[in-house]
Amino acid sequence: MHVTSSVRTPLVLGGKTYADVTEDVIRHVEGKPTKEWKIALGLSMVVLAFGTASVFWTWWEGLGVWGLNKTVGWAWDITNFVWWVGIGHAGTLISAVLLLFRQKWRTSINRAAEAMTIFAVLCAASFIVMHMGRPWMAYWALPLPNTFGSLWVNFNSPLVWDVFAISTYFSVSCLFWYVGLVPDLASIRDRAKNKVSKYIYGTLAMGWNGGAKSWSRYEYISLILAGLSTPLVLSVHTIVSMDFATSVIPGWHTTIFPPYFVAGAIFSGFAMVQTLMLVTRVVYKLEDYITIEHIDSMNKIITLTGSIVGVAYLTEFFIAWYSGVEYERYAFVNRAFGPYWWAYWAMMTCNVISPQLFWFKSLRRSVSFTFLISIVVNIGMWFERFVIIVTSLHRDYLPSSWAMFSPTIFDIGDYVFSFGFFFTCFFLFSKFLPVVNMAEVKAIIKTASEKLPKNVSGVSKDERLAEASK
Amino acid sequence: MSDISGKFLVGIFDDDDVILSAVKKVKQAGVKVHEVYSPFAIHGMDDAIGHPRTKIGIAAFIFGTIGCLCALTLTIWTMGIDWPMVIGGKDPISIPNFIPITFELTVLFTAFGMTLGFFVTNGLGPSVKPLLFDPRCTDNKFVMAIDLAKNKLAESDIITMLKNAGAEEVSVKSI
Repeated sequence: MHVTSSVRTPLVLGGKTYADVTEDVIRHVEGKPTKEWKIALGLSMVVLAFGTASVFWTWWEGLGVWGLNKTVGWAWDITNFVWWVGIGHAGTLISAVLLLFRQKWRTSINRAAEAMTIFAVLCAASFIVMHMGRPWMAYWALPLPNTFGSLWVNFNSPLVWDVFAISTYFSVSCLFWYVGLVPDLASIRDRAKNKVSKYIYGTLAMGWNGGAKSWSRYEYISLILAGLSTPLVLSVHTIVSMDFATSVIPGWHTTIFPPYFVAGAIFSGFAMVQTLMLVTRVVYKLEDYITIEHIDSMNKIITLTGSIVGVAYLTEFFIAWYSGVEYERYAFVNRAFGPYWWAYWAMMTCNVISPQLFWFKSLRRSVSFTFLISIVVNIGMWFERFVIIVTSLHRDYLPSSWAMFSPTIFDIGDYVFSFGFFFTCFFLFSKFLPVVNMAEVKAIIKTASEKLPKNVSGVSKDERLAEASK
Repeated sequence: MSDISGKFLVGIFDDDDVILSAVKKVKQAGVKVHEVYSPFAIHGMDDAIGHPRTKIGIAAFIFGTIGCLCALTLTIWTMGIDWPMVIGGKDPISIPNFIPITFELTVLFTAFGMTLGFFVTNGLGPSVKPLLFDPRCTDNKFVMAIDLAKNKLAESDIITMLKNAGAEEVSVKSI
């Protein structure tokens, strides 16, 4: 007999039955799109259209439309790329690492977080392609024979590692997400009333019927995929950080980058999950599944990773001084007190100070405060990448070539494109696919529900069992 | 999964613990259970039915090995043999630099190979018609299917056994 321990806080409220879980989640997939959803999707599509025009012009005219100059050769493009890749770390972390750690609270947020991951990685990839300037040459990054127009790619270069790391991460995340979706798609298929949705969801569900053999294989591959994805998540931002760390630019050339980038990625990824889930749970009335307990747990991870990031900032500063390297010292003093001081202090305030407020339990469990901080954190993380990239580059070894960077409308427009794309994808996902992993939530109902539903704990079951043993 | 046919006894339960204990009981009485269908994974169910352990892990390992070897072949052959280049004063074949790509491709091949194995062994595919003894088994019901041709006990005996073990409904279905 399963009972919920009084020590553990319940993860599913309201005494939900298995049927309630299906009903609460699928309701939004089956129902007609609401007016709010249409407005939200319409808005993000308008933003996407504006952004697409901007990207089109960037490609048509060339990268000269950006604010780059001979000194600052990487700016918003790579900032946005690293920012989105970082955000794309939460989904697989939630589904893989938390699965290995047997954290049951992951079950009601993993689906949406994985979807978010996939869209964020696509946004990140779009900046890589944009920044190539000639996207029709994008295949040059692949290891193709010399007859395709270039030598073999240089496998010693972190930029090539990045191509492999990000495309592997993207495809493995998609697999993880899809395998998890199959049982839920089958639930939609078996409830569908009209032929079109029965056909579409039936095709996507691939004939899943929930047999014990299938389930045992499902559990097995989830575990192995989690085991593989855990080092994969860590490898992706490690390799992204090596794009910088293996160079000899003061401010980039530091061995602390890999762990510091990974912590920052998890930090911003969880913040983005919070931003999206806090809205989703209210709009879809999923407060019984995405509870204050979930928000609290995520805030704890935000505080932990935010503190790691804070320690990394201070360590970097200390090592810059302790190394005795004149240029390294200058790079860091210039970050904090140079012409871009405001970006540095924006980063420090948003990333180091704001998550520390979550030490107060009341703030950690406040929905509106969490929402605010989740946005602040992502602003801070954007500034972190801006600080690392632009302020390290803008004053190089030769003072005569010192320069400042200021964005043009196309820098901004291309960034806006990624938002349009991200939110359009997310809204489509939230309408047409179940936002909560129903099968996994049903599996934790008995051990993590606030109170056991009547037909599970009530008389009927005991009676039947008693009758059975007679 | 579509290759089975015959007459099946279908017991419907509304609780995972009840169906698990029911499976154990009918197994003890000598009934061969064809399969149990449930909306989520029930731990210990495949052992209770007597399904052999899944071999998907072996497939994963083989695919991972292939991925690892492919990556090493690709990097060592292109960098060191086909067009050797000295970069940064290092040996053209500098294995430490090839570790990231070897790792990524190992993971990639394992994940795809295992997922392919998952779909193939489960008989899943885009045009597969699901074998559903009761469509509620993807919602909130737990379904036990017993192949009558493979059981020697009388149909009525098994029905009583299932009802006693807590089944809500028992019916006969021909596939």
